[in-house]
Formats: sequence, C-alpha cells, structure tokens
Amino acid sequence: MRKFSGWSLLLGGLSGQRGWRPQWRAAEPKTGYDAIIVGGGGHGLGAAYYLAKEHGIRNVAVLEKGWIGGGNTGRNTTIIRSNYLFSESSGLYDHAVKLWENLSQELNYNVMYSPRGVLMLAHSVHDEQVAKRHIHANYANGVDNEWLTPAEAKQFCPPLNISASLRYPVLGGALQRRGGTARHDAVAWGYARAADALGVDIIENCEVTNLRRDSNGAVTGVETTRGVIESRRIGVSAAGHSSVVLGFAGIRLPLESFPLQALVSEPVKPVMPCVVMSNSIHAYVSQSDKGELVIGASTDAYTSYTQRGALHVNQHTLEAICELFPIFRRMRMLRNWGGIVDVTPDRSPILAKTPVPGLFVNCGWGTGGFKATPGAGHLLAWTMAHDAPHPLNSAFTLERFRHGTLIDEAAAAAVTH
Amino acid sequence: MLLIPCPYCGTRPELEFSYGGQAQLARPAAGTAAEGDQWTSYQYERSNTKGLHTERWRHTHGCGRFFNVIRDTTTDKIQRSFRSGER
Repeated sequence: MRKFSGWSLLLGGLSGQRGWRPQWRAAEPKTGYDAIIVGGGGHGLGAAYYLAKEHGIRNVAVLEKGWIGGGNTGRNTTIIRSNYLFSESSGLYDHAVKLWENLSQELNYNVMYSPRGVLMLAHSVHDEQVAKRHIHANYANGVDNEWLTPAEAKQFCPPLNISASLRYPVLGGALQRRGGTARHDAVAWGYARAADALGVDIIENCEVTNLRRDSNGAVTGVETTRGVIESRRIGVSAAGHSSVVLGFAGIRLPLESFPLQALVSEPVKPVMPCVVMSNSIHAYVSQSDKGELVIGASTDAYTSYTQRGALHVNQHTLEAICELFPIFRRMRMLRNWGGIVDVTPDRSPILAKTPVPGLFVNCGWGTGGFKATPGAGHLLAWTMAHDAPHPLNSAFTLERFRHGTLIDEAAAAAVTH
Repeated sequence: MLLIPCPYCGTRPELEFSYGGQAQLARPAAGTAAEGDQWTSYQYERSNTKGLHTERWRHTHGCGRFFNVIRDTTTDKIQRSFRSGER
C-alpha cells in the first residue's frame, strides 16, 4: 500500500497528479477463503479489515453485489453520535465513536471525521423530559450529552429560529459535542484500501444467490453470480437485503426493509456549524464540506427494495426545516435518493451468531447504521474470529426476540420512522 | 406516492391510507406456550419479501376498512387488492 502523506501529495502535485493508482485490486474470486463477508459497505469492509489486522485471518473475501460503498454507505446523511438510552446501546455506539476519533490515522486515509456536535431539539414538555432522561442515562454511562436552553442552542447554532411564535417552538436541546459527521465514501474506500493491503480480496459485481450447507447444517460456501466460493465462516452484513441472504439458510429475521430518503441542496458557503435534528417535527440537517445542506427524510410507510421513495416524505421534512431555519426557505434542492434500511422491532441491531454453524449476521441497524461503521466492523470481526460475541455486542442477539430482552431504542433512534 | 385501489372505495392516493404490514399472519391459538417459537414468529419475524408481497392497508381517511394488497416490492407496482377474508 502506498502511504499517503503531505509529502506524497506534494510529489503528486509536482508530477501533474498522474501517478495515482487504483486504491485496491479488482480481485477475481478464488475457490475458497477462510472467511467471507457478504456485503461491501462500510460495515462489511470494516469487518474484513479487522479480521485481517487484529485476528490474523487474511484469506478473506468481501462479496459486493454492486460496487463498493454504493449501498447505504454512500446514501446516508453521515451523522455520528452515541447518545442512546440503554447501557448496552451506549456501549456499542460509543465504541464506534472512539474508533472514529482515530480512524483517519489508523487507515492512513482521511475520513474527515468532524466532531462538530449533534443537537437534538425538544419542542414539548414530553420531548424535554425524554431528552433529559437520555442526558442523565448517558452521563451515567460516561457518554457526553448536555442540555441547552433555547438561547444556548441559538448561540451554538445561529441559523436556528427560537421564536416563541413557531408552531412547535424550540424549548431546548440535547447536545452531544463528540457527535458530528464524516465523509461516507472515504470510510468505505479507506477500509477497502487498508483491507486490500492486508490481503483481503474485494470482489465487486458478485451477488450471493444461495448459501451452501453440509449434512450438519453448517455453512460450506456461497453460490454467487461469479460462481461457487467455499468458506466455513460467513458473515452477512447486507443491510436491507439481510432477510434475503439469511433466507437462503432458512432463517426468518425480525426485520422489515423500508426505503429511507435523503436529499441535498445546492452548495452554499458555511452556514450550519453543527448537526441539528428534531424527532418530533422531523427535521434532520447538517452541511457537508462541499457546502450542500444534507437532509435526512423519513422512511416510507411500506416495505420496499426499490431504493426510492415518495416525494411527499421529502416535502414533510423540508416544511419542518423551513420553519426551524427560515434562512433556508429560498434554497433549492439538488438531488434526492433512497436507500433500503433493515428495521428491527426494537430499533436495535442484531450483531451475533446465527443458529446455523459458521454463519454470522450484522443487520438491523435500520436508519442509523453509518455512525456505527467502525464499531460494527470491529465487533463482527471479533465475533467471527472467536465464534462468540464480544461483551459489547453480546446483548444484540437474534434470541432476544424470543426471550423478550429487547433493547428498545425507538426514542433514541432519532427521527420518527 | 402510491395509488392504492381500495376494494370498497376505488383508487385513492397513498396519503389516505395507513400501512398494516405483512398480511395473513396467523395469531397462535389461545393457550399457546409463551416460551415457544410461535409467538416470536407471530410478533416479530417477517418474510420481508423481495418480490410479490401480500400486505395489509387501512383506508384510514376513507371507509376506515382493512384490506389486502399484493405489491411487487422491487417495483412498488400494485398487482391487485382484495377484501380481508378473500384470496
């Protein structure tokens, strides 16, 4: 792997930027691997990287049905935070935030992690009570989160309208200062490059069409659009298509896949210093380094695999944003798109072994998987390497839906989906 | 926005309806042991079909009645709708 540095950039500039090479090989599938990851998004690439880096399992393939980072990794609104209510969740998400903090150095790739603060607004007494309950729970778990009055919120985010005449006035907000954003594509590319350098084969345009199993039921490999690939250790990190892939092994998951939309505005000069979200009236906005407002809309009402949603869903969130930020009323939206998110009944992920020997799953991140990317990859790798969960993901099992030990994060999963 | 054919009122925009999830899930009989798989399956597990999906909708802002729709989840095209209890 050619190391990036200020020096390499300078040399690239002096040679007319002609010396850059592809960041990873276009690998051909081999007949077999020690481990296979199904899904080449940030989570899957991260898992492959940590398998190679921390567990010495380098004969690994990442199978991606489209192109690297072309699914939800490239479609989300890039928000990072860990202000979840329950101890299990704040442990899991804060593990990811801690990895974000050093990820650019770890990967030698600038993922543009920017802890600019995530401000979650309250518009009613109930909102305020829920927010403060989260703040206290986070405090008890060592996760930063603080209450801002409307004036303090305005000071932190000057474009915010705190007028009492709003239909849903701002009564305050919970601020996680370590929350922020990162460059989503860079995360996928950085993990792909670093994993490739450790020997991982990244195989694009390779859709898994079936799982192969032996007489004991254990997995022995996958059938793909590029032939059969053998492995006795398979991790599925396929987001909206998790039900489809695990269905090949006869597993019915507690998941429903919904389209979730996002949109960006025309680029403007820096105006939004932080991330603002409002669960109650469904606003969700930040500004990218390019200058676009990045806006997250709601899920559509119905399950779908189409990667597009209805326009009224976007209109709904834009109405809320125009109310909270009158300064944005005349901005034009440039692009909108959808991704397919796999939502669990308790809005918490499943990161666990499955009843099928050798088959592991990382799914159910629903509308908020991007923030967990390094943590999910790290813990999926751990779980696959040890054939047992790490303490941080031991509660996020499939069996919790049988035992009733749900981790109900519906209130912390940000906007109402 | 979907245009949904209510079998009672005719085709109306999606905004008049509420989604009711996968249709034809059989509730376990009274007295079924709470520990078993049947309740887990009924409450939580879903087919999450990629393809033709049979689902419930309610014409909330219309006749108020539940009915079933068969929709292709890869195109969102609705194949047909029918009343509850019918096939």
